[in-house]
Amino acid sequence: MSRTTVELTDTQAPLVDRNSPLLQVRNLDVSFTTATGVVNAVRGADLTIYPGQAVAIVGESGSGKSTLAHSIINLLPGTGRVTAGSILFDGRELVGADKKTFVGLRGKEIGLVPQDPMTNLNPVWKIGYQVKEALKANGIASGRAAMTRVAELLAEAGLPDAARRANQYPHEFSGGMRQRALIAIGLAARPKLLIADEPTSALDVTVQRKILDHLEGLTDQLGTAVLFITHDLGLAAERAEHLVVMYRGQVVESGPARKILADPQHPYTKRLVASAPSLASRRIQSAKERGERATELLAITHGDGVSPARQELIRVEHLTKVFELRGGGAGATKEFKAVDDVSFTVRRGTTMALVGESGSGKSTVANIMLNLLQPTEGKIYFEGTDLHSLDRKGEFSFRRRVQPIFQNPYGSLDPMYSIFRTLEEPLRIHHVGDKKAREKRVRELLDMVALPASTMRRFPNELSGGQRQRIAVARALALEPDVIVCDEAVSALDVLVQAQILTLLNDLQAELGLTYLFITHDLAVVRQIADEVSVMQSGRIVEAATTDEVFDNPREEYTRELLNAIPGAHLDVFGAPPAA
Amino acid sequence: MPEPLVRQDQAHFFASLDEDVLAAVDAVDETEAPASMWQDAWRNLRARPLFWVSAAIILLVVVVAIFPKLFTSVDPNYCELQNSLKRPASGHPFGFDFQGCDIYARTIYGARASVAVGVLTTILVTILGAVIGAIAGFYAGWFDALLSRVTDIFFAIPFVLAAVLVMAMFRAHRNIFTVVLVLGIFGWPQIARITRGAVMSVKNADFITAAKALGASRPAALVRHVMPNSLAPIIVTATVSLGTFIVAEATLSFLGLGLPPSVVSWGADVAKAQQQLRSYPGILFYPAGALALTVLGFIMMGDAVRDALDPKARKR
Repeated sequence: MSRTTVELTDTQAPLVDRNSPLLQVRNLDVSFTTATGVVNAVRGADLTIYPGQAVAIVGESGSGKSTLAHSIINLLPGTGRVTAGSILFDGRELVGADKKTFVGLRGKEIGLVPQDPMTNLNPVWKIGYQVKEALKANGIASGRAAMTRVAELLAEAGLPDAARRANQYPHEFSGGMRQRALIAIGLAARPKLLIADEPTSALDVTVQRKILDHLEGLTDQLGTAVLFITHDLGLAAERAEHLVVMYRGQVVESGPARKILADPQHPYTKRLVASAPSLASRRIQSAKERGERATELLAITHGDGVSPARQELIRVEHLTKVFELRGGGAGATKEFKAVDDVSFTVRRGTTMALVGESGSGKSTVANIMLNLLQPTEGKIYFEGTDLHSLDRKGEFSFRRRVQPIFQNPYGSLDPMYSIFRTLEEPLRIHHVGDKKAREKRVRELLDMVALPASTMRRFPNELSGGQRQRIAVARALALEPDVIVCDEAVSALDVLVQAQILTLLNDLQAELGLTYLFITHDLAVVRQIADEVSVMQSGRIVEAATTDEVFDNPREEYTRELLNAIPGAHLDVFGAPPAA
Repeated sequence: MPEPLVRQDQAHFFASLDEDVLAAVDAVDETEAPASMWQDAWRNLRARPLFWVSAAIILLVVVVAIFPKLFTSVDPNYCELQNSLKRPASGHPFGFDFQGCDIYARTIYGARASVAVGVLTTILVTILGAVIGAIAGFYAGWFDALLSRVTDIFFAIPFVLAAVLVMAMFRAHRNIFTVVLVLGIFGWPQIARITRGAVMSVKNADFITAAKALGASRPAALVRHVMPNSLAPIIVTATVSLGTFIVAEATLSFLGLGLPPSVVSWGADVAKAQQQLRSYPGILFYPAGALALTVLGFIMMGDAVRDALDPKARKR
């Protein structure tokens, strides 16, 4: 692991006793008062952090991990209140402490790096001003001295050309740079504890890796203890020595990171470890294969994988898409090449993964594939027919055969439609069957995605994210398509749900002979579902091969970088380290 | 990495193994009634006192407007000068105005003109505005650019001033429909703007793309998915503006440019009451009070509906 070395100014001599705890949370209860009553967000939670130690709280959304962390610095939103328990920080009791204590504590002794770098910087103030604010608020420096210190802090957080950058506004910064600025603010007053709330989940994996490496090096040298809050077990295990796993407001398991990964005890942790994509090193097996040969390491769809014998279903040739962006002057346009000379083929019954970071053009390819966007150049052949040559009728019947699943299960279902109407709509549009036949089909579809038939009377807002995504899968299947384009279909889901959907997709593929074009930024997921991979970078395909080849023997530097950036990729918990 | 030292209070801990907590994750609640957005809004609305108060006022006003005979048997246009400015008497609880007409009867009959103008104008404005706004928002392009400029122009013209001008030209055939038409012509841009904004925010949702990928045509996507999801702000604006149209009618009638003298209107009665304001303020008070109460009812209803339809207020 690369350690970042930075010139540190005025490092506090870590003369603290490393053997008495810095933070001790005991039996903490936090509750929120809502319209429907009191909700206990955290119940009986324990947490101990020693000086200079890195501890991570892992849990899915709604598990209470952020609530626990925010109660430490009394930043609970809305009606949140600590109702029982104790929080001892550096020997002081924080439960019931007055506002003044917390104001003195925040920033100075406990720093916070918030979750979303896009919204946590004030867009109307310069970056430097916002860092200076942190210095002024904690009485560290003011005036001209503060500005020099700001530049030092930003440089320390890994911003090149910091003095100039301090004079820029947040919108001139990329996501990674903003996160670095937030880290600079969090560490400005040299706190003893830094709370990092999902510090990098909004960033691309390669940027995430760089920033976490840097943060680790920095806090190591400063002797700052770090409390990571994350949903990613791999990331937590890699960055922290002590793990706290939370589920539904309770700490279900805690202990040394490696021990938990190697030997999880609680059923939830077991499921979590088993589902974490970053720790998986093989493709998910379909139900049939699971039954037959569960020990087989490399299970491949139908057993014959991507053998050339499989019929080619989609051929993409020299696809290029140019967008006209509004330029500086009036009426001036700038050309932006989102997709640049992309070619690939997908064989029937297999999964082709298109991997890339944000802005690599992978979603544009998906939209062209769905015939929702016209390519500037190049052709897509579906079963030998050029998509561009389709007339209205041809296009209508093409729609039946290629269906999408989108990323956000909260946005892809019409909130005004009951589940029945949502699933019936495709059948109605394509005049499939009469009313009775359609209802039967809706029941079948719900059964296919393992939801009870009574779900069809529900509305999307009554279902959880995972259930909604299963409805989206069911809708995509309604017309018995050949191809499903999954645009980041599992990226917005919690790990366990993600594993559930991936398994479902895989089972359906084996059962119905579906072909998937799987678009994702997450190489770890690719490992679990794909037969072939194309890696995209700024509109081009830089590497294309079978999944095993890409993972075991990546040819391109960029692919290697992506692989290395998978959190937890270096943990050889299961004795099978991926090539690095 | 060397095996780090494990402190005693950081030893491996795990909670008791209760498996059934996990099963709850995948369960669908099968007991509660399904909740569409409208049902949720209704549940929310039901709990608001503001809604019940305004509903009672509106119901009263509407019943009065449709069946004035239930409330009075006196003809509002039967006036005897000998009753001029007489104080309340039995059978005439509000007394008489300058012309000797029964104020109570005129107040009751005045509801009809106000409610008719308010409701008809709102319907006209909503249909016009929603259709134009939806097409502009959904299809964008030159039509949208044109519409935006037109609404800008309409916004620059003071609503009542424009209505006064046009109504002055209609002197010969003034009736409820001309008033509705004139108010409608100058009232639709607001709804069109609201609709355009709502449609634009919905049209890029994933479920619209999904519908298109299913083969739904653009007009079908607009009618079946975009419009139902844009209705909430349109309904709220329409309810609130119903009150303002009633005020506009009263204003026009007050200026003598609204309804003809043969139609009983609160606005016209307020105008007539001006001269006797000092000698008998009651003449002014009753029609003005009825007008204020009616407008208040509709505006409060709009407020309650807005809160109930607010997506942030939804429970689940």
